[in-house]
Amino acid sequence: MGAPAPELTLDVERIRADFPILQRTVRDGHQLVYLDSGATSQKPVQVLDAERSYYLRHNAAVHRGAHQLAEEATDLYEGARAKIAAFIGARDNEVVFTKNATEGLNLVAYSMSNAATSGPEAARFVVGPGDEIVVTEMEHHANLVPWQQLCQRTGATLRWFGLTDEGRLDLSDVDSVITERTKLVALVHQSNVLGTVNPVAEIAAKAHKVGALVVLDACQSVPHMPFDVVESGADFVAFSGHKMLGPTGVGVLWGRYDLLAAMPPFLTGGSMIEVVRMEGTTFAAPPQRFEAGVPNIAQVIGLGAAVDYLTEVGMANVAEHEKQLTAYALDAVESLPGVRVIGPPTNVARGGAVSFVVVVDGIHPHDVGQVLDDQGVEVRVGHHCAWPIVRRFNIPATTRATFYLYNSTEDIDALVAGIERAQRFFKP
Amino acid sequence: MKMESLYQEIILDHYKHPHGRGLKDPYSGEAHHVNPTCGDELTVRVQLSADGSVVEELSYEGQGCSISQASASVLHDLVAGQPVMDAMAVGDEFQRMIGGRGTVEPDEEVLGDGVAFAGVAKYPARVKCALLGWMAFKDATARAVAGADASTSTEATR
Repeated sequence: MGAPAPELTLDVERIRADFPILQRTVRDGHQLVYLDSGATSQKPVQVLDAERSYYLRHNAAVHRGAHQLAEEATDLYEGARAKIAAFIGARDNEVVFTKNATEGLNLVAYSMSNAATSGPEAARFVVGPGDEIVVTEMEHHANLVPWQQLCQRTGATLRWFGLTDEGRLDLSDVDSVITERTKLVALVHQSNVLGTVNPVAEIAAKAHKVGALVVLDACQSVPHMPFDVVESGADFVAFSGHKMLGPTGVGVLWGRYDLLAAMPPFLTGGSMIEVVRMEGTTFAAPPQRFEAGVPNIAQVIGLGAAVDYLTEVGMANVAEHEKQLTAYALDAVESLPGVRVIGPPTNVARGGAVSFVVVVDGIHPHDVGQVLDDQGVEVRVGHHCAWPIVRRFNIPATTRATFYLYNSTEDIDALVAGIERAQRFFKP
Repeated sequence: MKMESLYQEIILDHYKHPHGRGLKDPYSGEAHHVNPTCGDELTVRVQLSADGSVVEELSYEGQGCSISQASASVLHDLVAGQPVMDAMAVGDEFQRMIGGRGTVEPDEEVLGDGVAFAGVAKYPARVKCALLGWMAFKDATARAVAGADASTSTEATR
């Protein structure tokens, strides 16, 4: 068996009191053990109250209308932007609200293809034949497919960093992958499957040296660790609200202001314009240029409340808590006979996503997940929207447990007991 | 316990000792189906009789969970050697049971070992797993028939 349970940084009982869903039972009376925060996090009552209070008292379309409700709604919406900007060390006007991180990444990719038919100020975003876009083999489909598609639309070439057997980026060929031809490097901060935390600043420095832009998928890092956009070294950072205690339907794209100001829009229409005539239109300054139509106001306000909640707990504490859980889980899962962790085996430069396969007697991850679910333990199974990773490791899929501030060592004990039960059940 | 209603003994048996696994030649139609949510894949081959009326052989190869792989094994048992019309009817009945959210009383006469999958209907996330082989079979058969039609018409114009 694994090591004894560590003393945890956070008071899990107190935190769980804010998450009513964690009190419920599933599958015939089993206490819910939620280990799927990497897919989406649960929401504290503070977030739900913020959304409800907005609809009960202040609902109006933002940035238009001269009435009091519109003023209040706009203040709440922009107030949330300021909170979220402060949370990631950004200026307010560098924070663009999207519907999710996927849309944020597509926004950059489509703005880049629109650059070809925009003015000279957008020239640095133009890519075409002979240019290269660099990604990695551990990207979520959201940070891979948009770049594949951009290459297809423009004739640029997609290149990528492979992975080591431990599930880290293979940077041994970095100088032949990032070259003078590189126009953009898109990579994930923390892998949603492997848990690997990538050396973003180091890669960004290489990219900037050749004049390439850096796009960071921070979906699994902003919710789980202190994060500063400037320190990250990236030019664009995308993350989703629903993975950080916020509602679904809101994501964030951060971009350096000078870049956002030079970038053509992706979605066009109301709210994003400066002057409209029948002959043509000029566009608003960022961030409004990239927020066409009435935005997801309640969700943005909810995300603001989520950021308040996380700030009060303290992101350094969240990170420390998850590090303790990850160490405990890695130890316990690795000590199970016939179980192999896919991803870094050591708890260094690694976050709280523990993927594994039951190799002895080959129990399929779906079946492992089903047995766990039967015990109330909710994990993710499959390729986790990062199909190339499972191909790289020559496995069909993985079972994945992910942790957050409301998880305890008891949750991990339940996971381990469930895996053992699956092994007994499927014994040949 | 619920889990046992899903993983019937018959299913585990077919999973551990699959029937008809391994792609065979010759074949008149082939289809490769994937379940994009989980990455399960299955290739099914059928060899129809010269007049296209009988499934003379059905073979498959793939990777996936116990439900998808056991279902393919049962598919082989129920369909190989059967008239195409009957095989399609079995497929329809299987699909009706699996898609019935647990409210459909399956016809054991028609489905044989296939009734063991009745429990799957209560787990919506697993429905696609159970149907993977059957959908690939229907597709492979349609291709075999289309191929036969194509070659017949080619001969007719020659």
